[in-house]
Amino acid sequence: MATTSNPVNGEAGSTGNALGRLFRMRETGLILIIAVLFIVMSFASPYFLTWDNMRAMAMAFAVEGIVVVGMTILLISGGIDLSVGSVTALAMVIAGWLFLNGLDPWTASLVAILACTAIGAIMGFFVTRVGLHHFIVSLAVMVIARGLCLLGTGGRPLGLYTLPPEFKFIGQGSIGPIPVVIVIFVLFVAVFDFMLRRTTIFRKVFYTGSNEKAAAYSGIRTSKVIFLTTTLCAALSGVAGIIYMARFGSAQPTFGVGMELNVIAAAVIGGASLKGGSGTILGAILGTILLSVVSSSLALLDVSIYWQDIIRGSILLTAVTIDHYLNKRRG
Amino acid sequence: MDHPVILKISNLSKSFGPVRALQGVDLELRRGEIHAIAGENGAGKSTLMKVIDGILRPDSGDIVIDGKPVAIASPTEAQKLGIGFVHQEIALCPDVSVAENIFMGVTNTSKALLMNYADLRKRASAILRQLGDIDASALVRTLSISQQQLVEIAKALTLDCRILIFDEPTAALTEREAKILFEIIHRLASQGIAIIYISHRMAEIFDNCDRVTVLRDGRYITTRDIKDTTPEQVVAAMVGRVIDKLYPEKQRADERSEEIILDVSNLSGTTRFRDVSFQLRKGEILGLGGLIGAGRSEIVKGICRLEAEVTGTIAVHGKPLSLTHYGDSIDAGMVYLSEDRKGDGLFLDMSIASNISALAVERVASRAGLINTSRETRQAQELGRRLALKCGHVNDAVSTLSGGNQQKVAIAKMLSVAPKVIFLDEPTRGVDVGAKAEIHRIVRDLARSGVGVVIISSELPELIGVCDRVLVVREGRITGEVAGDDMTEENIMYLASIADERPRAA
Repeated sequence: MATTSNPVNGEAGSTGNALGRLFRMRETGLILIIAVLFIVMSFASPYFLTWDNMRAMAMAFAVEGIVVVGMTILLISGGIDLSVGSVTALAMVIAGWLFLNGLDPWTASLVAILACTAIGAIMGFFVTRVGLHHFIVSLAVMVIARGLCLLGTGGRPLGLYTLPPEFKFIGQGSIGPIPVVIVIFVLFVAVFDFMLRRTTIFRKVFYTGSNEKAAAYSGIRTSKVIFLTTTLCAALSGVAGIIYMARFGSAQPTFGVGMELNVIAAAVIGGASLKGGSGTILGAILGTILLSVVSSSLALLDVSIYWQDIIRGSILLTAVTIDHYLNKRRG
Repeated sequence: MDHPVILKISNLSKSFGPVRALQGVDLELRRGEIHAIAGENGAGKSTLMKVIDGILRPDSGDIVIDGKPVAIASPTEAQKLGIGFVHQEIALCPDVSVAENIFMGVTNTSKALLMNYADLRKRASAILRQLGDIDASALVRTLSISQQQLVEIAKALTLDCRILIFDEPTAALTEREAKILFEIIHRLASQGIAIIYISHRMAEIFDNCDRVTVLRDGRYITTRDIKDTTPEQVVAAMVGRVIDKLYPEKQRADERSEEIILDVSNLSGTTRFRDVSFQLRKGEILGLGGLIGAGRSEIVKGICRLEAEVTGTIAVHGKPLSLTHYGDSIDAGMVYLSEDRKGDGLFLDMSIASNISALAVERVASRAGLINTSRETRQAQELGRRLALKCGHVNDAVSTLSGGNQQKVAIAKMLSVAPKVIFLDEPTRGVDVGAKAEIHRIVRDLARSGVGVVIISSELPELIGVCDRVLVVREGRITGEVAGDDMTEENIMYLASIADERPRAA
């Protein structure tokens, strides 16, 4: 963000101090916490700071990170989507099923992503035209999409052993030392972060989420904006599903159960508000990284899987509580 | 007729910080009378009622009920003293039955563990029988507004009240419903209940009340027997104030122009207004006067297509417009400043700069749709300077500003699109006196520069002080126009509240 510091009246008392601004930013705090975790963990476990572990951690959050991008934008516009996990799985199942029935994997993937986009559009329709709440609509779609996955596969994973190597490259290959998944992830993050900060369309997303009525009173067609963000989130879930399929070489109908909670938690830890109007892609990604580092650390420290959930939930609660108080002070 | 006095208030004062809402107010209420309290918006009527209902504590003054001095510390205590309050806004639980709503207060203080619904319903029906035909077991949401109002009254009656306050109860009612309400009020009064009736509709006061007390600027002005006074005298007492010199110079004779900027004809909405026609000339500030709820905002929103479904024609600079959405109106150069600054005027948690550009972000963006942040900042700084906006940095959140400066941001937002016509709905509500004068100056400068300005204000002194011409709206219709020396508070109030009774009252 360009932060020039020119008080309107040339009066003193500018709060545009760049360093102070940096310290107040959520992203800075998250980076600090992640850095501290890194230092502590590198002493606590010899495996932590190894290339393999870093790579595994990055792979773990990269694909989910694409879903986080969509969720963050949707949250900024004031919506929420509980169906991302099921829709991700559905993308896999549709593409896998089409592939097994003779379609080439690229076309199959495109069709699957379009199908997910259509699901998003249907949700957008119910929210903006019918006037239902995002929560309810996406809850219903979450269940329906999961049902479709199980229906299409009989509940068993589809083994896609004949996937061509150039397709599997998306999920398993590397460019130099960097996994392709990471490259795709960084591309998505960079493009959407830029668009969110700079384009007029995404500015309208902020206006709509910040105060929907004021946005309407500024001539913004808010229902179009919400329709767009709802559709985009589902489309990105579809993209994530395809990458997962390429990575696993299979389509798993039960994949992504509980993913929505992780994704929403990451976005919220990264500064997105459930009330809409605030959030950044960078913050949300840092939230994702934080949760991922915590999971990985707990696994390396042999903490029981049950405790891991408890700790992750506590982190979310802490982050939101801190945010609540910071907001109160500001407001 | 010698009525024993049930409530006597003397020398009551209440301040909110530096604002003196009530100064030495007296009120005497007799058993069985219907006593009107009249006054402009902000005269102190609601503050006085809140003191009587125990919501506010007075700074000084005495309240005597039945000859005994009392201190009313809370609404619960007011209830114990027999004071009931039918609020202007209906505060019922829509998804709960009428009976449960009526006994909400009783249930709240009851020690019983279980609800006795049968008994509740029986008692509710008994009370409702004297008010009208309402089923005690119906859900409140299924009732009409007037029926809901009756439920509110029933709620007050359960508390065995001897003093019942009505705060503009007819605002949301049709004429027929209002008539029924008055029959009920008269019946209650004949049972010995003292009624306080707040309204600024002269017709209602003169048709139904026994006495009227007038407040102005938080002070007690007079109490009169209705039969010894006239609506004109009451209106004069309500507004009789000297207009100060806080307002900018008006349009000079040599600035008059016949050039029409905005031409509205036969504009009708679905319910709130009909057959509205007026013209706005270059250089003038046109005011829309009238009571709250008269339909002024709705008319203006209708012109800008912020309200759906209007018929009629609108032309700007002689060019007829076909608008379907507020975005079209902005493109055509007509912008609307909302009366509810916080609710729908501003994005409080967003920066000043992005608030100002919200009406047309495209103006600070490249053709490809990329926002040029330095251009956005510059726009905010330029408009900020023009309006003398006091802020730290234009990237600060709007919520950090004072009310007056927030309003300047909202106005800057309007100006960012270089509008041809600007509608300002209550532009100085909730801003302090200094900022108010500045906003008036800004508005006058805009008019001088050729922008058409329409102002809605419920503050008569402001309308008269700022506007060159005022159209008065009553119940969704323009009932008259005043300009020049005719632009007095009496005339505007007259057209806004009693226009129909002019032959009789004269």
